[in-house]
Amino acid sequence: MVLSLSKDSIMVLREQDVVLLRNRIKEVAVKIKMGLVNQTRLITAASELLRNMLRYADGGQCLIEVVSRGRENGIRLTFSDKGPGIPDIALAMRDGYSTGKSLGLGLPGTKRLVNEFDIKSKVGEGTTVTILKWANG
Amino acid sequence: MDKIPILRMGAFLLVTIQVDLYDRLALNLEADLVQMVNKTSAKGVLIDISAVSIVDSFMGRIIGNIASMSKILDAETVVVGMQPAVAITLIELGLPLKGVHTALDVEKGMNLLKSMIDDFDDDDQEVDDDGFIAE
Repeated sequence: MVLSLSKDSIMVLREQDVVLLRNRIKEVAVKIKMGLVNQTRLITAASELLRNMLRYADGGQCLIEVVSRGRENGIRLTFSDKGPGIPDIALAMRDGYSTGKSLGLGLPGTKRLVNEFDIKSKVGEGTTVTILKWANG
Repeated sequence: MDKIPILRMGAFLLVTIQVDLYDRLALNLEADLVQMVNKTSAKGVLIDISAVSIVDSFMGRIIGNIASMSKILDAETVVVGMQPAVAITLIELGLPLKGVHTALDVEKGMNLLKSMIDDFDDDDQEVDDDGFIAE
């Protein structure tokens, strides 16, 4: 059972907002005593997803939640946009695949950096990506 | 608009990134640096990322680009001071930064640059299995 302890929502519309959001995640991570390496993994993962959101959907919303399961604390981030959506999620999750000019590491790389990863997308409606990192996981 | 300063030190260019990078800033740095290499005919570029806490796939690619672009302008690039957590994250992300020379700190990086340029003059480069040039 994963409980949500606090919620904080931030709109991301410009590149500069990414720095702001990274700092906010960092603050929360320090508060729940997340280790430095896990902090870096989580913020890097967030950075990848934010870039996708800005590039393909002109921005969106990020929800920062502190969650707990038993004695463990963690951070859950939900990125939702109203962009074009992803027609083939399996293909988008493959290493090296990209419709843009990037390396195609964003989604599969992000999945490797976090404990839980969930992506839902509907063409024409938008995409929601949820990631979770435990403080000591 | 933020700008990352590029310092000239003899035949080398020195860049210390002291702020959190975002995409536009990284792209500007790439363009500025390549132009500076051309303008000053620098032989080496040293990039200090010890204050950078996050390097994601985009910034990793920019670092790789800077190294390749400088290379075809006849300058070597050394990235120094990467934080251990950043190194762990980059590898897990799937970005091994192949072809980018690295050193632990600025002093070691400078020595590596000097030795690379000397080696190059002698036309005798020692490359190990990973493609990194041994000190």
